[in-house]
Amino acid sequence: MDGLDARVPVISPRRPFRDWVSTFGALSWSGFRRYATYRQATIAGSFTNTVFGFLRCYVLLAVAAGAAGGRPGGYGAEQLASFVWVGQGLLTVVSLWGWTELADRIRSGDVAADLLRPVPPIVGYLAPDLGRAGHAMIFRFLPPLAVGALFFDLYAPSRWFTVPLFALSIVLAVVASLGLRFLVNATAYWLHDARGPIALWTLSAGVLAGLYFPLRFLPDWLAVLLWVATPFPGLLQTPLDVLVERDPAPVQLGLVALQAVWATALITAAVFVQRRAERRLVAQGG
Amino acid sequence: MGELRAYAALFSGQFRSVASYRASFVADLVTNLFGTVLDVLAVLVLFRATRSVAGFTLAQGLLVVSLSSCGFALADLTVGNIDRLKTYVRTGTMDAVLVRPLAALPQLVLMDLPVRKALRAVVAVSVLVVALRLNHVEWTPGRALLVVSAPLAGAVFFGAIFVISASLAFWWVESGEIGHAFTYGGRDFTAYPTPVYSGWFRGLFAYAMGFGFVAYQPALALLGRADPLGLPAWAGFLSPLVALVAAGIAAVVWRTGIRHYRSTGS
Repeated sequence: MDGLDARVPVISPRRPFRDWVSTFGALSWSGFRRYATYRQATIAGSFTNTVFGFLRCYVLLAVAAGAAGGRPGGYGAEQLASFVWVGQGLLTVVSLWGWTELADRIRSGDVAADLLRPVPPIVGYLAPDLGRAGHAMIFRFLPPLAVGALFFDLYAPSRWFTVPLFALSIVLAVVASLGLRFLVNATAYWLHDARGPIALWTLSAGVLAGLYFPLRFLPDWLAVLLWVATPFPGLLQTPLDVLVERDPAPVQLGLVALQAVWATALITAAVFVQRRAERRLVAQGG
Repeated sequence: MGELRAYAALFSGQFRSVASYRASFVADLVTNLFGTVLDVLAVLVLFRATRSVAGFTLAQGLLVVSLSSCGFALADLTVGNIDRLKTYVRTGTMDAVLVRPLAALPQLVLMDLPVRKALRAVVAVSVLVVALRLNHVEWTPGRALLVVSAPLAGAVFFGAIFVISASLAFWWVESGEIGHAFTYGGRDFTAYPTPVYSGWFRGLFAYAMGFGFVAYQPALALLGRADPLGLPAWAGFLSPLVALVAAGIAAVVWRTGIRHYRSTGS
């Protein structure tokens, strides 16, 4: 037991990159397996997403039927149906609601254990979250989409790069979402009780991300303002617009680039906030 | 009397615990207000993108959504938090509730009465008043009665849906969000005129489960408009009856659930 002290050992100093990747992979896999055990909740959640898919789809189709030219916000009926059903699947993947894990750990003091791990806390949350998103892609994204495809005419993308771009857009959305959720939860470092900010986040995420209605239904200046000044459209509206090919190819690419900018900014901010918080955190007890 | 005093003590204890975290309480209050305003704004945005939804204008649509949200907000304020029953069942709090010499349902309601949701009801009623002005309703005694009874019947109806959905936890603890499909889903369904939906989905929600009678049929009766789906004009006055039937079913389901409940063990 001689050479042991409070310093955290570096995992394999000789092959840092390879081990970093395998650590990240193991953490992600743990996130996947954790959510794979919540089988009943997965079934219940998919059922609820599907019911809401019917509700939203009928409403948007009625809006399209009554709109001048039948294209509200520049979407055709099939594009709107896809928007709703893919959105119902995607909202769990990007975890639009209810993630209070970090806030709970800060309140209970468990967060001190996160600081002892040999990975930065933000990575320690990002990797399992990507695993969680991977699980959601299979078990929460596909079921509502399958039901939607059974009962409604969905839009089939026509450009070859749309689907890969959509996949990239989902990854960026998950990363940005984690960054945002991390920041919202991290207010608990200062407030001790993050319920207020989390409630506010739940509310704004639903509306500003385009879940309740496509943001293109808003006046143009407001939609552009939301896209540029807030990260929310990047969570849901951007992937969905990419998939239903709402815009010409350059705009489609530009939206994903904007998403990448926001994702980077949010993760950077989360790292910065975490570092500030660590300096003022007082872990209670022994 | 003693029972009433016990309920009052439960409520005041709950109220004091909420009010002692003042900043959090205010944040909750504001968030709830903001949330209700957003529900109405969402309807306005959808109507901005179109001329009419299933043949209904903005003013008419606003009447439907306000009747629905009055009923829902009242139910959510009074029994809405019953959807935490699954947590109580899982953690065993339900045992403590059952050993007290008071009825279980009122206890659960008062243990967690969401005072913060009160503003939602206020906003919903204000929107209803605006919608009634916009539609130039021709007032008759029948319609005056309807405009009061419809939100109350809606509240009873949604309350019954809340209780039935929550009772699911007696049989299926991990039922998770399934109840939301009928409580919040029911609210979303009633927020738009029934002709918006079609096929078996409409039949199921509007008529088999009765959501069509919460806001849509009363709104037609207030507007003096014939139902494009063919129900007679007096269908608008059926909502109290539908609410009573739902409440009866909820009572039976709740009692059966309580009898079925076998604690979660140690």
